[in-house]
Amino acid sequence: MSTPYLALEGLTKAYPGVVANDNVSFQIMPGEVHALLGENGAGKSTLVKMIYGLVKPDRGAMRVNGATYEPANPHAARGSGVAMVFQHFSLFDALDVAENIALGMDNPPRMRALAARIREVSEAYGLPLDPSRRVGDLSAGERQRVEIVRCLLQNPKLLIMDEPTSVLTPQEVQILFETLRKLSSEGTAILYISHKLEEIRTLCDRATVLRLGKVVGAANPREKSARELAEMMVGTVLHTPSRDTTAPGEVLLTVNDLTLPAASQFGTTLKGVSLELRAGEVLGIAGVAGNGQDELLGALSGERLSAANAVTLSGKPIGRLGPNARRRLGLLAAPEERLGHAAAPEMSLTENALLTGDIREKLTRNGFVGWSKARAFAKKIIEGFDVRTPGTETAAGALSGGNLQKFVIGREILQRPTVLVVNQPTWGVDASAAAAIRQALLDLAAEGAGLIVISQDLDELMEISDRFSALNEGRLARAVPAKGLTVDEIGLMMGGAHDMHEAHAEDSPRTAQEVPA
Amino acid sequence: MSLIRLEKRAAPSRTLAALTPVMAVIATMIAGGIMFAILGANPLEAIRTIFWDPLFDPQFGPYSRPQLLVKAAPLILIATGLALGFKAGIWNIGAEGQYIMGAVVGAGAGLAFYPSESPLIFPFMVLAGGFGGWAWAMIPAILKTRFGTNEILVSLMLVYVAENILASVSSGLLRNPEGMGFPGSRNLARDYPAASNTEIIANTGMHWGVVAALIAVIFAYVLMTRHKMGFAIRLAGEAPRAARFAGVSPSRLIIFCLGTAGALAGLAGLFEVSGPAGQISIDFNSGYGFTAIIVAFLGRLHPIGILLAGLLMALTYIGGELAQLMLGMPAAAIQLFQGMLLFFLLAMDVFANYRIRIGTPEVAT
Repeated sequence: MSTPYLALEGLTKAYPGVVANDNVSFQIMPGEVHALLGENGAGKSTLVKMIYGLVKPDRGAMRVNGATYEPANPHAARGSGVAMVFQHFSLFDALDVAENIALGMDNPPRMRALAARIREVSEAYGLPLDPSRRVGDLSAGERQRVEIVRCLLQNPKLLIMDEPTSVLTPQEVQILFETLRKLSSEGTAILYISHKLEEIRTLCDRATVLRLGKVVGAANPREKSARELAEMMVGTVLHTPSRDTTAPGEVLLTVNDLTLPAASQFGTTLKGVSLELRAGEVLGIAGVAGNGQDELLGALSGERLSAANAVTLSGKPIGRLGPNARRRLGLLAAPEERLGHAAAPEMSLTENALLTGDIREKLTRNGFVGWSKARAFAKKIIEGFDVRTPGTETAAGALSGGNLQKFVIGREILQRPTVLVVNQPTWGVDASAAAAIRQALLDLAAEGAGLIVISQDLDELMEISDRFSALNEGRLARAVPAKGLTVDEIGLMMGGAHDMHEAHAEDSPRTAQEVPA
Repeated sequence: MSLIRLEKRAAPSRTLAALTPVMAVIATMIAGGIMFAILGANPLEAIRTIFWDPLFDPQFGPYSRPQLLVKAAPLILIATGLALGFKAGIWNIGAEGQYIMGAVVGAGAGLAFYPSESPLIFPFMVLAGGFGGWAWAMIPAILKTRFGTNEILVSLMLVYVAENILASVSSGLLRNPEGMGFPGSRNLARDYPAASNTEIIANTGMHWGVVAALIAVIFAYVLMTRHKMGFAIRLAGEAPRAARFAGVSPSRLIIFCLGTAGALAGLAGLFEVSGPAGQISIDFNSGYGFTAIIVAFLGRLHPIGILLAGLLMALTYIGGELAQLMLGMPAAAIQLFQGMLLFFLLAMDVFANYRIRIGTPEVAT
């Protein structure tokens, strides 16, 4: 066996109150696609930050090609051949692709030479990029290409990718995987961080599983089922959401040709959105972030008003009613952003229970708040949805993301909605909590409520939806039965795939007319 | 790379948040002492003159002690109203103008019936004073809800408009016909018993404005802790998007907060003009509306805190006057001293929200 490209030996890093990494050792071979698996808080990001020189380990050593490797900063890490693509892009919208890439390089060549190199490298790896396009005009997938090409220009020997597919359509994921396979065949090692187990099974050669900062196992992901991998991550047996399918009942909610201008400069305009939701049904709405998900939720929750007949609930026009009037009629919602939208981070869980529970749980009388009632409701949510918290008076912002999400979803479900609209119900939530949330949603549907689940997690949508639709640039695709949908059909519904063909398909460079006015 | 760094606390420390006003007062005393020393006074004597003598000096005490309530009442009344808006992120900077308009409308309402002896005159003036302040505050409120104007600018600019109205009525509409042409209205406190805001208990400074201030504090406390509106106010201040999701209407909140603050400032103006000041005159307003902003923050926007802060600020007013008189301090030095209090309070807030770390940071970037 040859020397590993990168060897980690007993890496330990502690923060006040928590050991983020405890004696972590594993090796990455040249040309290997190595998955790093683990739930939120398992220590994945601390580990890669140490490898990329952002954090210094307390104990332990790293070796690159057998030589001691102690990067003082990312600059030193890049010097040793380690490159990283972050989950959140660090790009400037107002600059063009070449300028953005030059900004992230240690010794950028002249612009003309750089542009030529970008074209060359991006086409060699099947990631077509026009160096003169403005980043603000690019899709999420294209932005990611900019980040990847920026890394590739430095000829990395190890490429770290943190949750790279969370913003991509299935077609874009395929293109990315082609690129990664090509890199690996040329000897570049890839450390791939993701919680999407099916992706890891198709792409990765080996997987190291972290739980609570420790390495709890290694596996060949191709030989394990996604369920086995998930159980390694969680350490317990996972419960798969299940339901008894019932025939859909009467129509509960309709949206009729709803057009709503964007609320802000960065918002998305909803264009002619129509849908119909029946009792006992789960309608899944897919789409890449920023295609109108927030706006659709706002239009349904009552935060944005529309023409009266644009939204109806059980035949009643409710387009002009505010959030509390809609709650009274049984239409509840749970927005995507937990901190500051679904919950107030600096307020206690009791106060956050009051935030939406006031109307249906009758927590106020003559305008005066019944705090003991609100506390009891908060307690009911905490117990019913296994929210881990010291008590009802803890600030919402002090809870972990997953626990707060359980609280937010539980708060709405316990109010017995007729229709519940949720956006990203399990975003950033660990596998077991996500399963619990999905089960709770399915139980609600089984009791006869109608559910709209907006999510970017296709596996989740396929698991719980009866019918499936997708948002693309503010337009909603016609809903189709979820059963039997192929990945290709889903990708087409999600749109945004119009310029996502591989390199050869890209022929006419679009430059002149793309220059911002 | 610096050796001392500030690290954001996960949650602000409650102990320190409660302690910051005390720490700010101590820091103000130290920095103020240094300033007084530079001005050539004995710093300890100056601090004693400001904080101790007004209450306990055998010579000045009997005169200053009632003044404490007289000065504190308008500050507390105005600051209580302002704090509601500040909690919700609505910045009414124009309480001074609302205070003036309350006094003008309230005094005008009383003077219209001169020389009536009806016991209804004074209650009617109270209503009119509250209405005057409320109506003046409705201007920035409606402009903000209708046209999205900035309430900070509009309310502040309206202070200067109100000052001009004050100057105009004191030499025109409300001028004392028996005043031999001098500007200024009839003296309500001295010459118009039915319209006068008398001391309820003699020689204590306890007038109806003090009662109103106490009622306002209790009202605000109950509103903020027990009522839905108080919850909406806090929610809007802490997480505006969550407030909208909870069904709080931003427009209603703006109208309520600005209106309440305006009405309370108007009441403060009315109680002042009908009692301690006695009459509408060109220089009737004395900056209570601006000082109340300091009082609101010094009291942590909490009704009880504002009660204490108002008393403290009143003490520095009276003590400051005493220091001018006894030690020959310039008036500007006293204003600077009061300004330091707000400055240190805001500076001390850093400690409640951040932890100080000494040593090199571990994250190398």
